[in-house]
Amino acid sequence: MVIDDLNAIAEAERAARKKYTLRCCMAAGCHSSNSVAVKKALEQAVKDAGLEDLVEVRGVGCMRLCCQGPLVQVDPDGTLYEKVRPEDSASLVGTLKGGTTHVQKGDPNSPFFTEQLSIVLANSGYIDPERIESYIAADGYRALHDVLREMTPKEVVDEIIKSGLRGRGGAGFPTGLKWGTVAKTESAQKYVICNADEGDPGAFMDRSVLESDPHSILEGMAIAGYAVGANQGFVYVRAEYPLAISRLQNAIKQAKQRGLLGSGIFESPFTFNIDVRIGAGAFVCGEETALMMSVEGKRGTPRPRPPFPAESGLWGCPTLINNVETFANVAPILRKGADWFASIGTEKSKGTKVFALAGKITNTGLIEVPMGTKLRDIVEKMGGGAPDGAPIKAVQTGGPSGGCIPAEALDTPVDYESLASLGSIMGSGGMIVMDDATRMVDVARFFMEFCMDESCGKCVPCRAGTVQMHSLLEKILNREATAADLQRLEELCQMVRDTSLCGLGQTAPNPVLSTLRFFRSEYEELLKKETAHNGEPRAAIR
Amino acid sequence: MIATISNTKKNRLPEILEHASGDKRFKILEAHMKKHQFKHDALIEVLHKAQELFGYLEDDLLLFVAYKLKLPPSRVYGVATFYHFFTLKPQGAHTCVVCMGTACYVKGADKVLAAIEQAAKIKAGGTTPDNQLSLMTARCIGACGIAPAVVYDGTVTPRQTPELAVQHVKGWIDHGN
Repeated sequence: MVIDDLNAIAEAERAARKKYTLRCCMAAGCHSSNSVAVKKALEQAVKDAGLEDLVEVRGVGCMRLCCQGPLVQVDPDGTLYEKVRPEDSASLVGTLKGGTTHVQKGDPNSPFFTEQLSIVLANSGYIDPERIESYIAADGYRALHDVLREMTPKEVVDEIIKSGLRGRGGAGFPTGLKWGTVAKTESAQKYVICNADEGDPGAFMDRSVLESDPHSILEGMAIAGYAVGANQGFVYVRAEYPLAISRLQNAIKQAKQRGLLGSGIFESPFTFNIDVRIGAGAFVCGEETALMMSVEGKRGTPRPRPPFPAESGLWGCPTLINNVETFANVAPILRKGADWFASIGTEKSKGTKVFALAGKITNTGLIEVPMGTKLRDIVEKMGGGAPDGAPIKAVQTGGPSGGCIPAEALDTPVDYESLASLGSIMGSGGMIVMDDATRMVDVARFFMEFCMDESCGKCVPCRAGTVQMHSLLEKILNREATAADLQRLEELCQMVRDTSLCGLGQTAPNPVLSTLRFFRSEYEELLKKETAHNGEPRAAIR
Repeated sequence: MIATISNTKKNRLPEILEHASGDKRFKILEAHMKKHQFKHDALIEVLHKAQELFGYLEDDLLLFVAYKLKLPPSRVYGVATFYHFFTLKPQGAHTCVVCMGTACYVKGADKVLAAIEQAAKIKAGGTTPDNQLSLMTARCIGACGIAPAVVYDGTVTPRQTPELAVQHVKGWIDHGN
């Protein structure tokens, strides 16, 4: 494979395009709403109408407005159809010949779509994730070519540092710095790992990227491999994402066939292979040291850091671990330049962030917005607020490691520092909207139960602390707790946060601490009344 | 449980291997191990395959895997019990997994689960006495856009209500009556 071959594939793909394209969402949400049958029916309808030369039916990745699926969009005019059923296909195809249809139409010019800025999701909803040619026609693998033929590994690392890209897995560590550390560590063998163990409940961004544009991850990983000097990559995916796994495996196979993975890529001396590792349902494996244990086929328990994976990771070798979304940003940065990327976002948080908008909100789905966008714009303008106009009470970000941001703080810009100052975290990007009907103590207990179940059991503060905090929250919810119990809960939160071994335990108290900070009255209303002497309870409020 | 395995390991292994030679599924499993060159780090992949073939991981199967991969049974048992995805008990003929992710939870997944529990007279994690239905919960299946979601026999089904869910599992639980 040389650049001329790449151009030829792209050219052939573009030349094969027809006058109309019916893009049919085949990502998980629509997939579950029967989009496979819709696509089949549309293909049949096109055949029946004798329009095969004019119309292409293309299965694409996530078209974002998951709650209205299955979605079908018509090119070139951009008409969006929602909740399409297989039996609608004839009338839908008929509109191309001047007919009419009763299928519900969406508004592609609503703020939900127009306020988005796509870098990671640029191809999502447009290209066919099952065909490498479709990705190549969208300038795919061009960045890999330019990097291998025209740049030194050091120049690649410098470009990523200059872009200001930070890890999208939640903690926001500068990506370029991490790459630089791995590149500098001397070793005959190094590894690149893509963390696709998206365990936060309520988050489905990584899943959508893997399902919609798997080649962008492969390209990003190969570029990273070149930059740090690794020849082997692993993608660690959750077993709960079968569609993402099969698309990824298919993408790897196609890239190998085309010589875009393997040895001598683009006739350079660079060799890079990628294997998929499937998780087995342990939340803690999203933590990098636990993830590496799992890749080695062991129990996924974390270990103390340092040494950091950049120095001693998989089988003791220097290892670069980045999140799916981080890798998806790599090729666009190298294609369009670090300065372009750095011009988007805020001073300390560059680029865009993908969020999974869910919960009590009208427009559920996937959004990508520039860093620094106000939460209010996301929830009210794009999300359309809570259904039935109920007032929004809080927005939960960061899953079980994050916190609840109250409605009063909705004007906060979304970036790493602002969310941290509110006691939450950016997290991987799950955003759950809660309305008046949601009881915050119940939410805190829900997350604590999650952490309690998912604690790996290696360190005592997390193993025993989460159980104690959970039972205290149960006690409060059962109206059996006193003010002393609440105080003990707070003390335990501090202790578990400060003394746990890994991120799971260190952040497990966050949902409790943030709800205590902003919704303390809800806890206090549930407490028993106390008498003056010895703090003994006198009567329970029932 | 661990004690049971190690105590009886010596006497049971020849028996297991003899049994395995007559069962095609063991051959498929062994071919899968060979594909991974019997590498120790392929243990999780091998257990995935074993569960796919046999439905669950019984002691003898774990011993077989340990023997073939040349790993101590404690290591294989340790991994099989650490990960939620692996089950050491047989499952019912049908499975029903209620997603309890945050998005599904705030949209009433707890009520859906309670309704199924009541209808099937089992708790989450249990199987009906006639082995027809296993009821489970999932942490999040990433189908938040169509919450609350329930997976019936591997098919993700969107926007479930207690009524819809009970209707769906009704055919599977009535046989016992």
